[in-house]
Amino acid sequence: MAYTRDMGNTRGNTRNASRSTSRRTFLAVGGLAALALGAGGAWYRATHRQLPHGFALDGEARAALHAIAPAILDGALPHDPDRRKRQLGDAIDAVEAAIRGLPQATQEEVQDLFGLLALRPARRLLTGVPTGWESADMAHVSAFLQDWRVHRFGMMRSAYGALHDLVLGAWYAQPASWDAIGYPGPPRGLT
Amino acid sequence: MSRIPDPIDAGIKRGWRTIDASTLEQDRTLEADVVIVGSGAGGAISAEILVKSGLSVIVVEEGPLKSSRDFNMREADAYPQLYQESAARKTADKAINILQGRAVGGSTTVNWTSSFRTPEATLAWWRRHHGLAFASGDELAPWFAMAERRTGVVDWLVSPNQNNDILRRGATKLGISSASIRRNVQGCWNLGYCGMGCPTNAKQSMLVTSIPAALDHGATLVTRARAERLQLRGQKAEELVCSALDAGGVLPSGRQLRLRARHFVVAGGAINTPALLLRSKAPDPSGQLGKRSFLHPTLISAAFFEKRVEGWAGAPQSVYSDHFLAQAPIDGPMGYMLETPPVHPLLAATMMSGFGEQHAAAMRDLAHLGGMLALLRDGFHDESPGGVVRLRGDGSGELDYALNDYLWDGARRALLSMAEIQFAAGARTVQPAHEKGQRYRSWGEARREIAALPQRAHVTRVVSAHAMGGCAMDGDERRGVVDPAGRYRGLANVSVHDGSLFPTSLGANPQLTIYAITARLASGLAASLTGRPAAALA
Repeated sequence: MAYTRDMGNTRGNTRNASRSTSRRTFLAVGGLAALALGAGGAWYRATHRQLPHGFALDGEARAALHAIAPAILDGALPHDPDRRKRQLGDAIDAVEAAIRGLPQATQEEVQDLFGLLALRPARRLLTGVPTGWESADMAHVSAFLQDWRVHRFGMMRSAYGALHDLVLGAWYAQPASWDAIGYPGPPRGLT
Repeated sequence: MSRIPDPIDAGIKRGWRTIDASTLEQDRTLEADVVIVGSGAGGAISAEILVKSGLSVIVVEEGPLKSSRDFNMREADAYPQLYQESAARKTADKAINILQGRAVGGSTTVNWTSSFRTPEATLAWWRRHHGLAFASGDELAPWFAMAERRTGVVDWLVSPNQNNDILRRGATKLGISSASIRRNVQGCWNLGYCGMGCPTNAKQSMLVTSIPAALDHGATLVTRARAERLQLRGQKAEELVCSALDAGGVLPSGRQLRLRARHFVVAGGAINTPALLLRSKAPDPSGQLGKRSFLHPTLISAAFFEKRVEGWAGAPQSVYSDHFLAQAPIDGPMGYMLETPPVHPLLAATMMSGFGEQHAAAMRDLAHLGGMLALLRDGFHDESPGGVVRLRGDGSGELDYALNDYLWDGARRALLSMAEIQFAAGARTVQPAHEKGQRYRSWGEARREIAALPQRAHVTRVVSAHAMGGCAMDGDERRGVVDPAGRYRGLANVSVHDGSLFPTSLGANPQLTIYAITARLASGLAASLTGRPAAALA
């Protein structure tokens, strides 16, 4: 569910061989990308308070999730604007709750991912989304997700995988999503 | 209020000694003859045998004590409560998602009840290549029989659900052998929610068998306590230091437990067991600690049928085919076992590739979706060395498992076999769990397209429900972390009793092998600690 810590890791002092290999590979992409990757997580963690008892996103990081989730859930979200807004909000809350259920090391990795996405140069470079997340166009978001999905770098694919699993997992965990897929829910009257 | 009697609730009312470490207000020190780390297949069987043999026992478990009245059949609750890392544990490069239990009963509380004796070919390999003389069907037969009695393993005579019948039907049509899976259930309601904890206590998991038996005989169970390290002095472990977790079960509360004992049995499951020994800086004379960790890397194929399949209902695994394990020598190209997964919304949605409208369209067909799994048999070939357990910066264990061309060759053949069987069973379309896979409309198209799919990490979906190895048992001290009696080499009073002992994967679901082998090891340990023959399991 999480993504590789190569992005923006400034914390680990035990880094295994495969990690350093993929990090080196990525550094070869170019200075700007490397700068963004190195700075993203560290910046986010330096400027946001550490929450020992609860992962939480704010500001541009939260806006990133609000822009990405509807692209991943396109086709599953209800058309009615009120229901859509309510269910999307519930799903995003569920994503954050799911992250809080992960081990601390993984929570930090996810925090790093969103920290990176919140950083303007990194967003432009890695996602190609030209505007801030709040005004991001769904077509742009979908395009970057498609790109990451089969990217030549494993770390980008695993970041896509984290977003995929977090958002879709949170959505289909909710009974409100079950009618549309014909799932009746667990047998009733037992518990 | 549930009408189903809850054996855990009843046991607590009878006076079981249980300590929920998340409620501790101060540090605690406890002492017993034997401390067992982990309450799953290996830990619970060991606890029952040791305590019935007259030894005092403390079992420590990182997860919570949950029972039938908590098992509400909702994925949103079950995965965070009952699985390692909320069912999102991953290998270091995030290419393999690993399902492992983390609750009292371990993975047996959430497994799909498949009960196989160890395949004869695997045992023969262990005899020949790993110096394990006991590894034969005859030698182990009494231990398998004892474990099967204990866990109520029965021939499953109920008709398979549609999802499993697809495997039976398709295989039969192609002349591929398949058979019914034996299950450890009594009075099973055939609901299909084994993976979220059995709500009717039909599944004879450790949670309702050996754990209650051990507690009735005076064992102490400590839950929500994470085993941090064995405190070593010379060749001996003196105590196990544990961090109490908070009520959420993720973060340490700040309280500590020190568990002292004459002997320590480590049974935290593959990945966690080698990680605990690594954190303890245990001597590693073979240099193999954490290495040769295996997963049965598993490929997934989805098929869509005209008729409803409703793969969420009915016993999740009741049909298997081991045909493709026998097509080549065990150390030849990778063989695979075919089985089926339950199809529940969250699990299906995360396994299904793609996003947006394409994903939503596939989910709208969930009732018509039949899922199939191919479990690759790893660890028998030079090109299949398995993974390595390492410690992250914060000390937690992590499995680094490289996916190589040898494995991808097996993956490609497995995806092809599954698609062929699914079409033979009448599928209208088949879609492999692969980022570049499409819904193929015929076997001809699928054969051509799947053969050409690039196989690589993250692009091919790979999962695992069977973590094994990392503390290999081997007759040769240069090759094995643990000796054939289960004793950790280099520490006089530490044993390993769980799936991390396996020197290779099995080629079958592991619970029954863990029960049988750890029953044998625990009996030997009880005899050596008491000087009397060990008591038998119920």
